[in-house]
Amino acid sequence: MIATSVGFSGYLKRDLLLAYRRRGEAASPLIFFLLVSTLIPLGVSPDSARLAELAPGIIWVMALLATLLSTESLFASDYQDGSLEQMLISPQLLALTVLGKVTAHWLVSGLPLTLVSPVIGIMLSLPGEGTVPMMASLALGTACLSLIGAVGAALTVSLRKGGLLLSVLVIPLYMPVIIFGSAAVQAAIDGLNWLGPLAILGAMLSGAIALCPLAIAGALRLVSNN
Amino acid sequence: MSTAPLLTVEQLSYERDDCNVFKPVNLAVEAGDILQIEGANGAGKTTLMRLMTSALQPTAGSILYQGRSIAQCRYEYLADILYIGHQSGVKMALSAEENLRWMSPASTSANQIAEALVTVGLGGYADVPCYSLSAGQHRRVALARLTTSRAKIWFLDEPFTSIDKQGVAALQNQLQNHLAQGGAILLSTHQNLAIDGLRTYSVEPHADRGELR
Repeated sequence: MIATSVGFSGYLKRDLLLAYRRRGEAASPLIFFLLVSTLIPLGVSPDSARLAELAPGIIWVMALLATLLSTESLFASDYQDGSLEQMLISPQLLALTVLGKVTAHWLVSGLPLTLVSPVIGIMLSLPGEGTVPMMASLALGTACLSLIGAVGAALTVSLRKGGLLLSVLVIPLYMPVIIFGSAAVQAAIDGLNWLGPLAILGAMLSGAIALCPLAIAGALRLVSNN
Repeated sequence: MSTAPLLTVEQLSYERDDCNVFKPVNLAVEAGDILQIEGANGAGKTTLMRLMTSALQPTAGSILYQGRSIAQCRYEYLADILYIGHQSGVKMALSAEENLRWMSPASTSANQIAEALVTVGLGGYADVPCYSLSAGQHRRVALARLTTSRAKIWFLDEPFTSIDKQGVAALQNQLQNHLAQGGAILLSTHQNLAIDGLRTYSVEPHADRGELR
């Protein structure tokens, strides 16, 4: 009776297609990530020893801001053109359709960031042993950021200028992700076991996958109900 | 066989900013019925529609589907209704065909989608991105859902907006066919419709609101 998989894969496919049609818009977090990282050696110091010390933290801060940049528009156009309302009254489990949308968001924002991060690592003189932990922590971490950010985006979707409020809402929730994400990279550089912080990130992601869709669905119902 | 009407609305009211929007609504719709919801601009026609589709939660009153509260048979009810509102949910970046694909039941075949687009007069526009279509054509993309949907109850909020004369006539035919097949329709429009058995329901603004803003 409840066609759940249709809701998840249907919205996943639709949002990927929409992102493909609006490639310029979809690529903006990635371009932001690349552009800002070219500024760091200019602003901080081109000295590779100093850059290497800062690289794990800087890369994580930039990835976080790049994800935040694309989060605001997650539900905005659906809200304006009425497809959000259609989603709310479709005979599918709302939490799963929402998870489909967030998955599409991660595939076009977090995943490309993860894939280009080795290049950024070279630009910022990140020691070689940090590259794999950085990619692993970014892959798990940006998925957490997408899920958490979507809760904020759902709550602020009806506000015309919700960007600032969104940042205030979600940045405190982003903090544990960035702490353990950059800790994994730092641990690997220092020759310590980096799987510990990564496992905590994995646990956070599991928790977020279980809880955030419910929170997003609740927030969307709340917002549409006025 | 249950004898309960397809859709029953009892003492339905909705408060916005501590103000009742309209006088409590009571209505019943049977299979084959068409109900035109009337009322001045701002009287609450769209609000009533959205309440009946469960997009909004009522402050008081109940909505029964075949005698059961829609909260109890939520997914069954949602699978049996189709709502086309002012904002039709048409995605500008997608083509007419892609829009209809994701708004139709998953089992709809490519042929059915092509046929539905021909039915609304968009046969030659299937692959054109919707941002290059006109307002009337956007509405037609949304109305093509009427052909692919298998819903029993249609909720149509101002379906005739920006539709040309031929389109209005074709849509009225389609409405009549749906009724003949045992469907039910609730629509709001300011047009005079030539459909047999048309009943009207007037939405009265609640005294709380004083003069309409």
